[in-house]
Amino acid sequence: MMFRHDDQAGSMMNWLRTRGLPACVLLLVGLFCLAPVLWQTVTSVKPDQDLVRLPPLFPERVTSVHYDRVLLKSSLPRSLGNSVVVAASATATAIVVGAFCAFALARLPITGKSVILGVALVTSMFPPIAVISPLYLLMRELGLRDTLVAVGLTHAVYSLPLAVWLLTSFFQQLPKELYQAARIDGCTPLQALLTVIFPLARPGLAVAALLVFIYSWNEFMFALTLTASDTTRTAPVAVALFPGLYEIPWGDLAAASLVVTLPVAGLALVFQRHIIAGLTAGSVKG
Amino acid sequence: MAEVRIELIEKRIGQKPILLPLTLTVHDGEFFVLVGPSGCGKSTLLSLLAGLDQPTAGRILFDGSDVTDLEPRERDVALVFQSYALYPHMTVRQNMAFPLTVVPRANRLARKRIEEEVHRVAGFLGLLALLDRRPRELSGGQRQRVALGRALIRKPRLFLLDEPLSNLDAQLRASMRAELLRLHKELKVTTIYVTHDQTEAMTLGDRLAVLNQGRIQQIGRPHDIYAAPANLFVAGFMGYPPMNLLSARLGMESIQAGPLHLTRPPDRPPTDQEQTLTVGLRPEDISVEPISDSGGERAGFGVVRLTEPSGPTLWVTVELKDHNEAITIIGSAQAGFTPKIGDGVTVSAPRATLYLFDPTTGQRAGSS
Repeated sequence: MMFRHDDQAGSMMNWLRTRGLPACVLLLVGLFCLAPVLWQTVTSVKPDQDLVRLPPLFPERVTSVHYDRVLLKSSLPRSLGNSVVVAASATATAIVVGAFCAFALARLPITGKSVILGVALVTSMFPPIAVISPLYLLMRELGLRDTLVAVGLTHAVYSLPLAVWLLTSFFQQLPKELYQAARIDGCTPLQALLTVIFPLARPGLAVAALLVFIYSWNEFMFALTLTASDTTRTAPVAVALFPGLYEIPWGDLAAASLVVTLPVAGLALVFQRHIIAGLTAGSVKG
Repeated sequence: MAEVRIELIEKRIGQKPILLPLTLTVHDGEFFVLVGPSGCGKSTLLSLLAGLDQPTAGRILFDGSDVTDLEPRERDVALVFQSYALYPHMTVRQNMAFPLTVVPRANRLARKRIEEEVHRVAGFLGLLALLDRRPRELSGGQRQRVALGRALIRKPRLFLLDEPLSNLDAQLRASMRAELLRLHKELKVTTIYVTHDQTEAMTLGDRLAVLNQGRIQQIGRPHDIYAAPANLFVAGFMGYPPMNLLSARLGMESIQAGPLHLTRPPDRPPTDQEQTLTVGLRPEDISVEPISDSGGERAGFGVVRLTEPSGPTLWVTVELKDHNEAITIIGSAQAGFTPKIGDGVTVSAPRATLYLFDPTTGQRAGSS
C-alpha cells in the first residue's frame, strides 16, 4: 500500500516536472507578451466613461462605438488602403529585383559574390534615422514628397537586402544540376530562371514576400517623414496621428491599433510554419 | 551527330590544375568512355564539352567548328546527370517535352508534334504508362529512363552521360547497360560516357580513355588496353581482380619477385643483368593449386589469406613468404580446387604474360 502510494506521488511529481512546469512558464510568458493586446482589446470595446475607471477590469457593457468611429468616420480606411498599396508595391518591387539579384549571386559566374552580399548586409544595418534627412531631401527634389511612390520605393529599397539574402540561400539550396540541366536542354539563363528555378523556389519567394510585406506594413518612420496628408498616410502613421483635440481618444486608438494589427498578425499566423522554414533556410541540409 | 575534337584543353581552378593540357578525338557515331577514379577530372571534361564550364586554355571542335565559346544551348548537346536532375515540379511528359518547348518560337514544333515526339521516345523507353507521373513517384530505373528520354528527344549532336548508372542497383545496372548499347546502335549518336567503373568501361566503350590526375593515361579499344596497358596506373586500374604488381629482379632466364620465381620464355631477347623492374601478372594467369600436386613448375609456396568466389572462378589471395620478404598475390584456383583460408598452396604461372614496367616512370618496358 505504502509503496503504491509512493509510486503515485512519484509519477505525479514527474508529470509536474515534465509537463506542468513548462506549461506554467509558457502560460506566464504568453500572458506577458499578449497582455498589452488583451488590454487594447478590452479598451476598444469599453464605453468612453468606463475607460479611465478601474474597476471594473472587464467592461460591464460592450460597445462598438469606437470601431464605428474608426472605420466609418475617420480617415483610417483610407490609410489602410494606402498601406495595402504601399506594402504590395514594395513587396512586388523587392521580390522581383531581389529574385533576379539573388539568382545571379547564387548561380551565375560573378566575381566578388561574398563582397556584394556583405555590402548588402551592411546597408541593411544603417539605422533609418541616419538616412532620413538625405532621403527626405532626395524625395523632395524628385518631386515625390507626400506620394505613395516615395514610401513604397523606400520600403522596397530598405527590405531589398533581406530579400536578396533570403532568396540567395533558397536558390543555393536547389540542386545545381537542375539549373545546368535546364541550360543543356536549351534554356537561356533567364528561361531557366523562369521555368525551373522560380517554380521550385516558390516557398522561398512566398516567405520573402511575406516578410517584406509585414515590414512595410509596420514601418513608421519613413512613412511619417515622407507623407504629409491624409491621402498618403499609411496606417501606422494614421494611428499615431489620430485626431484628439482636448483629450486622447483611448478607445478609438485601441480600436484603430487592433484593426491595423489584425491583417499582418493573421498573415504571420497562417504562414508561421513557412516563415520559420524560410528563416532557417540553408542552416540545415534538407 | 558529330566528331568531337579536344585540343590541348586545360582547366585550372585558381592555381590548382584539374585537367592538364589534353588532346583527344572522338569519332562520329562512336561510343567513347572516359574512365578513371573519382577526382581524375573526367566530370570536369564533360562539363567543358557541355559548355557548363569554360576551359582555362585550349579549344573544343565539333565537326571542325570551334564551339569553345558557345553557350550550352548553342552546342546542341544532351547531358544525362548522375542525379538525373529531373524537374520535380513537372510530369514525365513535361520533363521529356521540356527541351522542345524552350526552343525559340520561330523554330519550335507545333504542340501536336511535340506530343508525338514524347510518345515516340516514351514508347521507345517503355515509359508510356508513366507520362502523367511526377519524378518522385518513379523508381530509380524509371527516373533514369526519363532522363535518357529528355536527352534523346531532340536528337542531339552529342550525347554526354555522367555516371548515369551509378545510382542503380546491380541488376538494373546490367540491364540498363544493354539498353544503352541498344539505343546507341539504333540512334548512332556520338556518345561520351563517364564512369569510374572499369567493368562498365570495358563492356560499353567502342574506345576508352583512362584518366588519372587530370591526365590521359591511355586511349584505345577495351581489349587493347587490357592486353597492353601503357603504364602501372592503367595496369592496376583496368581489370578485376586488379593485376598483381610486384617488384622484381630480371635475370637471363628468370624473374625473381621475392619468394616468387618465374621463368622467362626462352625466345625473349636478353636484357641487362640484374635489372630491377615492376612485373605485372593478371590473376587469371596465376594458378593456385594444392600443395601435393607435383606436376608442372612451381613458382612459389604460400598461405591462403582470402577466397572470393565469382561464378566459375574462385579468386584466391595468397601470401608468399621467404626469409626476407612477404608478398601478396591474387590468383585463380585450379578447376575443382577450393582452398580454405589458412591452407598451404602452390602457385604457378605457366603461360602467364608478364608485363614489365619501369618502376621509376611507371611506363611499360615490354612484356614477356
